[in-house]
Amino acid sequence: MESLGVAAKWRRPGVRCGAGTGREDGRSGVRRRGVGRHAARFSAPAALKEGQITPTELCQRCLALVRSTQFLNAYITVAEETALKQAEESEKRYQRGQPLGELDGIPIAVKDNFNTAGIETTCASNMLKGYISPYNATVVQKLLDQGAVLLGKTNLDEFAMGSGSTDGVFGPVRNPWSYSRQYKEKSIPRSDSEPENSNWVIAGGSSGGSAAAVSAFTCFAALGSDTGGSTRNPAAHCGVVGLKPTYGLISRHGLIPLVNSMDVPGILTRCVDDAAVVLGSLAGHDPKDSTTVQDIFQPFALPTLTDVSKLSIGIPKEYHVPGLSSEILAVWSKAADLFKNAGAKVVEVSLPHTHYSIVCYHVLCTAEVASNMARFDGLEYGHRSDMSKSTESMYAATRREGFSDVVRGRILSGNYFLLKQNYEDYFVKAQKVRRLIANDFVKVFGSGIDILLTPITLSDAIPYVEFIKEDNRTRSTQDDILTQAANMAGLPAVNVPTALSERGLPIGLQFIGRSFQEKQLLTVAKWFEKQVQFPMIQLEEVKKHDDGVLQHQKSASFS
Amino acid sequence: MAARGCGGVWRRALQRGPGGSCSASRPRRAVACNARGGAVPVGQSGLAPWVPVVGLEIHAQITSNSKLFSGSQVQFAAPPNSLVSFFDASLPGTLPVLNRRCVEAAVMTGLALNCTINKKSLFDRKHYFYADLPAGYQITQQRVPIAVNGSLSYSLCIDNKMSQMVTKTVRIKQIQLEQDSGKSLHDDARSQTLVDLNRAGVGLMEVVMEPDMCCGEEAAAAVRELQLILQTLGSSQAIMAEGQLRVDANVSVHHPGEPYGVRTEVKNINSIRFLTKAVDYEIQRQIKELENGGTVVNETRAFDSKLGCTVPMRDKEGKQDYRFMPEPNLPPLILYDAKSLPANVNHQQVVNIDWIHERLPDLPSVKRAKLVELYGILPEHSFTLVNEDGLMEFFEDVVKRTQMKPKKVIGWILSDLLSHLKQHSLTANESPISSFLLADLLNLLENGDISSSAAKQVFEELWKGEGKTPLEIVKEKQLELIQDQEELEQICQAVIDEREKEVMAIKEGNKKVINKLIGLVRKATRGRANPLLVKQILEKKLSE
Repeated sequence: MESLGVAAKWRRPGVRCGAGTGREDGRSGVRRRGVGRHAARFSAPAALKEGQITPTELCQRCLALVRSTQFLNAYITVAEETALKQAEESEKRYQRGQPLGELDGIPIAVKDNFNTAGIETTCASNMLKGYISPYNATVVQKLLDQGAVLLGKTNLDEFAMGSGSTDGVFGPVRNPWSYSRQYKEKSIPRSDSEPENSNWVIAGGSSGGSAAAVSAFTCFAALGSDTGGSTRNPAAHCGVVGLKPTYGLISRHGLIPLVNSMDVPGILTRCVDDAAVVLGSLAGHDPKDSTTVQDIFQPFALPTLTDVSKLSIGIPKEYHVPGLSSEILAVWSKAADLFKNAGAKVVEVSLPHTHYSIVCYHVLCTAEVASNMARFDGLEYGHRSDMSKSTESMYAATRREGFSDVVRGRILSGNYFLLKQNYEDYFVKAQKVRRLIANDFVKVFGSGIDILLTPITLSDAIPYVEFIKEDNRTRSTQDDILTQAANMAGLPAVNVPTALSERGLPIGLQFIGRSFQEKQLLTVAKWFEKQVQFPMIQLEEVKKHDDGVLQHQKSASFS
Repeated sequence: MAARGCGGVWRRALQRGPGGSCSASRPRRAVACNARGGAVPVGQSGLAPWVPVVGLEIHAQITSNSKLFSGSQVQFAAPPNSLVSFFDASLPGTLPVLNRRCVEAAVMTGLALNCTINKKSLFDRKHYFYADLPAGYQITQQRVPIAVNGSLSYSLCIDNKMSQMVTKTVRIKQIQLEQDSGKSLHDDARSQTLVDLNRAGVGLMEVVMEPDMCCGEEAAAAVRELQLILQTLGSSQAIMAEGQLRVDANVSVHHPGEPYGVRTEVKNINSIRFLTKAVDYEIQRQIKELENGGTVVNETRAFDSKLGCTVPMRDKEGKQDYRFMPEPNLPPLILYDAKSLPANVNHQQVVNIDWIHERLPDLPSVKRAKLVELYGILPEHSFTLVNEDGLMEFFEDVVKRTQMKPKKVIGWILSDLLSHLKQHSLTANESPISSFLLADLLNLLENGDISSSAAKQVFEELWKGEGKTPLEIVKEKQLELIQDQEELEQICQAVIDEREKEVMAIKEGNKKVINKLIGLVRKATRGRANPLLVKQILEKKLSE
C-alpha cells in the first residue's frame, strides 16, 4: 500500500543517503508503491516490523513535513510532544515484538471538532479557543488504543459549517495541489505583477485540514466529520479517499456535533485499503452513543475483485444537476463506461426526491445547529464575555463574540424553523421529505442495484479568491448538493480520486452503498481505484523542504 | 365536572372571607360573590356562582443510583458540584445514555396509576436559557410520553370529620420522563449567581393531572395519595421538603356552563399544607379580581409561605417559545410485554412491562382494604394508619405483641399515640414510645393488672422517654389493681358507712346513685380498683 511506499522512501534519505539523492529514491519509491498496492493492505506496519523505519523516525518525518507545509494551514494544533511520546511507546512495543495492530506507530491527524484529552479542541471558533477537553472522543481513544500516533488537530470551517475550510478563525486551508507540479504546469501563466500566492485553490470542506494533511503526506490517515459531505468534498478536491460510513456504525461520542442525526466520523486516507483498515479499528457499538448499532462489527480485509460482471451499478439521473461542469460529467460517464466495458451492469436509475434534498437539509441542519449551539453560553466552558450587567446580557455578548456570522446566521434561521408557529411548516415537512429521500434509495437498492455512482463536486477546486465571492450559505448549497442526500438517508458513501482536471486538479467520484454494506462499497471502490490509477501529487514546495522525496513522474492515466 | 362534590370544602374557604355569611346549601352551586368579595346566596344577586378548576403538574424525582442520562450519582445534600459528569455539565460532544432503572420506575408508576404504557415513546428537547440548565435545553417527552390516560383515586373527609369520607378520582393525562435542572443561588449582595449542577440531569417523572379538582384540600389529598403510591413503589422518595416532589398548580375559575377561565400557574409550593393554602388563596384572588372587574392574566405565580399568598414571578415574564425538537441522540424508547418480547433477547437490555406489573407491591388502597378485613377496623381508621408515616407498621407491630383486640388497639394508636405525635410534630418512627413498650402496656391493661385510667398515666410516663418499662412505672407509682378481695371489700364498706344518704337513695330504688359510690371507691384506691369488681361488691353489700 501507499504508506509503505512513503515510509520506505523516507527511510533512505533520512537515514543513509542524505539530501540530493531524493529524486532517484523518489522514483524507486513509486515503484515500490506500485508493488505495495497489490500487496497486503496497510503494510506500513510491515516496514515498521522489519525495522526499516522506527515509529519515532516515522513520527519525526511527519512532524517535519507538518512544519514544512505549515503554509497550507492544515493544522490548528500540532501535538509534537505527545506524538513523540506515543511514538516512543510504540517503538517499545515493536522492540518487544508486540505491536498493537496495523495502526501501531502510524501517524494520524484528527479534525479539530473531535475531543482530545489534553490537546486543545477549538472547532476553529473563538468560542472554544483554548478549550482543553478532559476526555477523548471514542474514535480518538480507539485509534490511540491501537497505537496510532496523534500528530495534531486539523483545520476546518467554524463548527464544521462550510464547504471550503475557509470560514474558521484560524484562516483558510490551502489545497496542497495548488503547489503541485501538475497544477502549476497547467494553470494559465500569470503576469509577473500578480503575486505568486493568489492562485491557490481551496481544499474543500469542512474537513479541509484533514484532507490537506493526508494529501500533503503529513500523516497516513485523518479523521474528518461528514454531515452533508464534509469528508467527501475535501477528499475530492485534495485527491484522497474520503469515506463517510453508515450512520450508526461509528460512535459520535466526543465529536462536537453539527447535526446529530446526520453527523458521521469520516475517514480520509490515501487509498481505499487504508480506509478499510481505519474503519475496522473504529466501527462498532459504543455504550456512550445510543445511536450506534448493537450488532458486532467484523473488521474485514478487502478482496481484490477480478470480475465485476455480477455488479449492478446505478447512475442516478437526478445527479446530473445544473452547474455540473462538463469536465466532471465526462469523468463520470467515462467511469460508467469503465464498469460497462468490464462487464458490469450499468443502469440509469431515478431518485426522484433528490431535488428537494438540499432545502430540507438546510432546514434540518439549521434547526439542530440552533439546538446544539445553545450550550455555548459562557458558563461552563469556552469563551465568556466581560459583560456582567445581567446573566442574559452576558449570554448575548458571549455568543456574539464567540460565534462568527455564519454560525449566528444558522442559529437564527434554525430557531425560526423551530418556533411553534413554524415547526409544522418547516421542520416536520423537511422530516417527511427526508423520509421520501431515504425511501428513494431503499427502492433503488431494492431493485437490484448494488452501488450508485455519482459525481461529488460540481467542478474541481476553485481559487480562494473566487470562492469567497459568494457567501457561505450559497457555497454550502452548491457544494453539498451531490453529497448531503447520503447523509439524509444515513448511507455509506466514499470519494475515490479519479482523474486530474484540465487545470491539473483532482476530480473524485462518489460511490454510495447500501446501509452497513461498507465491505461491498469499498471492494468496488478498490477495484475502481486500481483501474483509474490516479496520479500521485508532485509537491514542489514540499520537495524544497523535505529532500525531494515526494515527486513522481507519473501522469494521469485515466483522463 | 371539576366542581362536582367539592362544595363542602370550598364553602368553608369562602366563609373565612370578609362578610362571609354564605348560605349556599347545595354543594354543586358553590357560591356567588358580590363586588365586595362577600358571598351572597345564589340567585338573589343575579350573579352566577364561580366554579374553581384545579389541575396539577407534579415532578417526582426518581429514586435511582445514577442520573437519567449519565452515570453520576444521585444524592441529596452532597457538596456542591461533586456529582457532575461531563454530560451533566454539557461538555461538547457528550451524549445521553438512558438509565434503565429510571424507565422501570416510570413504568411502575404508570401501572400503579392505571395508565396505558406506551410501547414506544420519544424524547424531545425543550429549549430555554437558564444558568442551571447547562445544555440550553431539557430532554423531556413532549410528543409521546411513556405513560398516558391513567387515573388516581383519593379520599378526603368532609368538614374535617373522619367519619364523612368521600372518594374521588382525578384523571392522569400523562407521565413523562425528563431531566431535572441544576440549582441557582443568587447572591444579590455580591450580585453573582452560583450554580450547583448536582441535581442537573437527575431523572424526573412529570405526572400531569387533568383539571378535575376544585379546591386546595382536593389537590392536597390527591398529592398525598400520589406520594404514598410513589413511596410504596419506591419509584420516588417523594419528600416535598427535599424537593423530591414538586407540585405546580394550575388554577382558574369560571361560571357554570361557560368555558374555563384564564389560568395561572402557582409554583414554589413545598409542602402539602402549603398546597392547600396556595390553591385556595389563588381561587379567592381570581374571584376577587374578576368580581372587581379586573382580569386574570396567564402568568406564573409563586406561593409565599410567610405571607400566605401568591405573587407574580418576575423571571418567568414574557411568553416562552420552547422550540421543541426531537432529541436526535436517543432512539425511540421501546418497551416490551410478554407477547412482544423477542426471543433470545438479553433481559438486561429490555424492559418488560408484564414482568414489572406482576411484581408491583400492594398499593395504599389495597393496604387499607386489607387492614379493614384483617383487623376489623373502620375504613377511616385504615386511612389514617396508611396516610401517617410509619403508623401502619407501628400498629401492626403492637397488634402482633399484644392479646388486646386490634379494634381496641386502634383506639390507643389513634387517640393517644397519634395525638401526642402530632402535638410534637413527630412521625411514628420517631415516637419516644416504641411499639414494644406500648404492647407491654396494653398487655398489662388487657390482663387486668391495671385500670385504663392507670394505663393512661403509664402512657404519659412512657412518653417522657426515661427508659422505664411499663411494669416498672406501674410498680413505682403503685398503679396495680387491688387484686385482694378482702382489701377491696373493706374499702367498699368504709365508703358505704360514710355515705348514709346515698345508701338510702339506692335502697329506695335510685340505682344510678351506685355510680357515685363506685367513683368514691376509685378515688380512695387512686384508680387501682377494677370498677366491675367494685360494682359487684357494692351491689352485694347493699342488698344484704
